[in-house]
Amino acid sequence: MDLRRAKACIARVGGTNCDLEVKVALEHLGLKTEILHMKQILKRGLSEYHLLVFPGGFSYGDYVRAGAIWGKEVHSKIKSELEAFIEEEKLVMGVCNGFQVMIEAGILPNGELVEVPKAALANNASAKYECRWVYIKVERGETPFTGDLGTGELLKIPVGHGEGRFIPASEESLKELIDEGCVLFRYAMPNGEAAGGRYPYNPNGSVYDIAGICNGKGNVMGMMPHPERAFFGWQLPEGRSAPYGDGKRIFQGIIKYLQKY
Amino acid sequence: MVRIEVKLKSGHFDPEGDVTAKSLRDLGFPVNSVRVSKVYTVELDANSREKAMSTARDMCRKLLANPTKDDFFIEVLAGEGGTD
Repeated sequence: MDLRRAKACIARVGGTNCDLEVKVALEHLGLKTEILHMKQILKRGLSEYHLLVFPGGFSYGDYVRAGAIWGKEVHSKIKSELEAFIEEEKLVMGVCNGFQVMIEAGILPNGELVEVPKAALANNASAKYECRWVYIKVERGETPFTGDLGTGELLKIPVGHGEGRFIPASEESLKELIDEGCVLFRYAMPNGEAAGGRYPYNPNGSVYDIAGICNGKGNVMGMMPHPERAFFGWQLPEGRSAPYGDGKRIFQGIIKYLQKY
Repeated sequence: MVRIEVKLKSGHFDPEGDVTAKSLRDLGFPVNSVRVSKVYTVELDANSREKAMSTARDMCRKLLANPTKDDFFIEVLAGEGGTD
């Protein structure tokens, strides 16, 4: 589709705080983007949008569990609307707290909005809030979110979370995720080798070094690292030597997908 | 009134508990381990203990616990609010 006709919705509630950075990133690439509070989404619906983002932050103070309250709100109030959105192969993206929301809402791992979550993002194994730059490896290129990336590429993107340790519901569900190509990003060493659980390369102790997952079709994705914090060169620790950071590649994938949508 | 305790399943790594145990040991307490749990005391309308129990169980399933990592324990507190 003509990108001028496409539109992104960035959802927010009290405690969301990465919405504006995502908006700046998407608009920089030419995608019209609106930030909508959940109350506005309940009134307006999602039909006019092609990308829905659950951004980072501390939704509802992270009470109960990070992302739990917003996740259950999503599940109870916009379940069928979101199912239709996903069925139409529009894009749903969650970053950090947004990923936690998607897990708690049952949107991920499988994109089917199950009532009982099939995974968890638990307290970091380090027992610390981990705010650092990490390397993640693309496990599956050519998905809607990795359309600008090839399998095996290494990205440098920061994390900032206290509850990011991905735990699958069971050994079988981990195997399913791997076999169906739903593990999208894994924490890695600077040389590209798997982190193998080694701290701080795997900053939170995630099982199988999982940093991000998607559904089978790849149009629903959640990740702990923040690509919007590695979009412009000036956001990088090495300074302004490059115009853009690796995070831009993920947003670029979104744009490519929407242009073909 | 019901008391709901949500705690990590046994065998699941509890970083908060481990750090707390270390801190207690540093203070001289003979601590072997600590597991951290969260307690919710909920006042609710229920006309029987069974109803209070099943409602609390539903609360855990729908919000308070994530079955991937959490166990929960419910105690109906008789005579403290409610209509039991």
